Amino acid sequence: MDCKIKIDNDLLSRSRKAAVMIADKVEELIKDKTTTSVERTIARLMGVDGVDSQGVPLPNVLVDQIKKSGKLEDGVFYWIGNAIIETGKTPQEIARAIGNGDFLITDFPEYTNEAILSVTESVVLDNVSILDEVAEERAKRQIQYPEGPAPLLYVIVATGNIYEDTVQAKAAAKQGADIIAVIRSTAQSLLDYVPFGPTTEGFGGTYATQENFRIMREALDEASEETGRYIQLVNYASGLCMPEIAVMGAFERLDMMLNDAIYGILFRDININRTFIDQYFSRMINAYSGIIINTGEDNYLTTSDAVEEAHTVIASQFINEELAVRSGMPKKLIGLGHAFEINPDIEDGFLMEIAQAQLVRQLFPECPIKYMPPTKHMTGNIFKGQLMDGMFNLASVMTGQSIQLLGMMTEAVHTPFIQDRLLSIENAEYIFNNARHLQDEIVFKPDGIIQNRADTVLKETTAMLETIVEKGLMKAIEDGMFAGISRSPGGGKGADGVVVKSMNYRNPFMDIFKRGLGVL
Amino acid sequence: MIDRTAIKPYGDTLNDGRIQISFSLPLEASPEAEEAAKRLAGKMGIEEVSSVSMHDMGEGFSFHILYGSCKYSVDATNIKVAKVETKMMTYYEINAFVKEKIDRKLNIIGACTGFDAHTVGLDAIMNMKGYAGEYGLERYPEINTWNLGSQVPNEALIKKAVEVDADAILVSQVVTQKEIHVQNLTNLVELLEAENLRDRFILIAGGPRISHELALEIGFDAGFGPGSLPPEVASYIVQIVHKRISDRERS
Repeated sequence: MDCKIKIDNDLLSRSRKAAVMIADKVEELIKDKTTTSVERTIARLMGVDGVDSQGVPLPNVLVDQIKKSGKLEDGVFYWIGNAIIETGKTPQEIARAIGNGDFLITDFPEYTNEAILSVTESVVLDNVSILDEVAEERAKRQIQYPEGPAPLLYVIVATGNIYEDTVQAKAAAKQGADIIAVIRSTAQSLLDYVPFGPTTEGFGGTYATQENFRIMREALDEASEETGRYIQLVNYASGLCMPEIAVMGAFERLDMMLNDAIYGILFRDININRTFIDQYFSRMINAYSGIIINTGEDNYLTTSDAVEEAHTVIASQFINEELAVRSGMPKKLIGLGHAFEINPDIEDGFLMEIAQAQLVRQLFPECPIKYMPPTKHMTGNIFKGQLMDGMFNLASVMTGQSIQLLGMMTEAVHTPFIQDRLLSIENAEYIFNNARHLQDEIVFKPDGIIQNRADTVLKETTAMLETIVEKGLMKAIEDGMFAGISRSPGGGKGADGVVVKSMNYRNPFMDIFKRGLGVL
Repeated sequence: MIDRTAIKPYGDTLNDGRIQISFSLPLEASPEAEEAAKRLAGKMGIEEVSSVSMHDMGEGFSFHILYGSCKYSVDATNIKVAKVETKMMTYYEINAFVKEKIDRKLNIIGACTGFDAHTVGLDAIMNMKGYAGEYGLERYPEINTWNLGSQVPNEALIKKAVEVDADAILVSQVVTQKEIHVQNLTNLVELLEAENLRDRFILIAGGPRISHELALEIGFDAGFGPGSLPPEVASYIVQIVHKRISDRERS
């Protein structure tokens, strides 16, 4: 890497310092609060699952009842523990009984924290050991079926029907895909519960449910055995149920989760506090379970201009990285995102793409970088689109990107057909193989277009981060500094699910994860 | 001489009818699958079919690329397509037109409705920066804009449109799986009609699968498909607003 782009170390260290200060403020803001989604996650970690007679997920039944009684500040762990002492039932039996209207969990006499910790110890440890076993199983399989060389080929399936998805996913794996993402049904991010069971209907994607995770995992394990490569499974720990989906993915051995600290605030208008609290715990679950996260900076460039706003992507990457580190994520699990979205009509646009990709690569050398394909300037001319995707693939292999979300020539036309995926895999395999070691041969000209472009973007990044430190991340978001979208601290969906913790509050899972990850 | 009453695809000779098609079949690649693809092409009215590529896709699927000659022709002399008929003006002409002929600023509101979270099209039309070198509506000094963003319920859109006294409502729909866009757009028209508000606004739909014809069919005033630029939309709106004002004055 020594002859690549020259990076101004002063700008780099100033950027990191700014990111640290921004993350300090976020941590300060969230440390005394929890959310309904974090509490439902804890319920799931204690073994609560399934739905009541009305089809309402039991974690919601449980948390909603506590919230209605005004006692959520004590946390679901406290009340479940208390109910175990009183009833001798399991957490699942307790949730079911509440669903049946047998009792209110908050009506029982209150026992001491010591008594609660002692009676819940085995259920906590048993469930954590499930997570450990799942992570071990992944490690074992990854040795047995090693992954291919980077950039890894990442494709999506999105039929709406999980069984149809498995057929397409297995076909894609056999064609050469390394990573399969099941796109979620449109607007699942705004559901304040996670649907239950296998699903066969969805718009623009398939619902993320634990059973759907299990079905797809099983199919991809078969594909791994048939292809000799470990096929990774991706879903979305994002939206109003960010940590819940993280834990469901951890139970079902997902390998990657889309998970961004700011995306939901900007693009889904989810409350800022809610998002920051949820991302903190969800990332801790991902980190503990060895799940790679994918951040969503690529989205900025679908809304804003990819040349003018390039620095916003990198500024956000610094923030996302630092926040992930706070959750105990090792760098190798922090998949920072960016995109190939420069208008193809711009002269030397490809050089700017290379500058951007190389800069990201060098700024975050240990992170798996996720590179997103052209979408904004795809027109329906599928033939030109295939060529643009080829240029994208070339930029990627030239700059050592890690995770390549393959472009589809039918972008802007329809969700991918089975042959669209085939052609995109063929495109990537051809270019990656044909130019495999090109990056080792390239030296960038000092004072050349690429070096100068990288300098400009890094300068703007540092300036932006320092402005954010001055005004605070909240105000920066309110001022529309990311993607030109403005969100106010009190606004957004899910704000009513944020609760200040009481003295009784405990989250023993977070304590165990922190110990395991070395987080203070 | 081209016979416009019998137009055929053109490959490299007039009326050769040459076309290429590609598709997947739920059959693993085999000579039989290739023959099946060719027969299917034959049933589509393609003659002298040749299969130029067959690719096994795994899981019992194969991908086929075929060439052949289309035996059909169409009469291009009597085709009528609904299209936006207003004159296309430039950014400067549009602003001048509003100043001179309408004498007040126009109010335009836009949203991606229903569950649709894709704002790329709406932003291309509305954002300051615009698209393909054309400024977006926000930049027009004679137009006030409200871009409500994604996942806006139709009810909320109507409420805001009334509040700001919008001249035009732009609705962008990108997700089209299972015709969800048609449902969303139709629902908006129904809600407006139920509240007796339909005639108050110029109603415009946009998106990659939206055509003017489709928009008219579901009760919109106009539809703008892929590649539409901000001044096209603005030209249409200012001219229709002007026309409606003149019509009202006359009556």
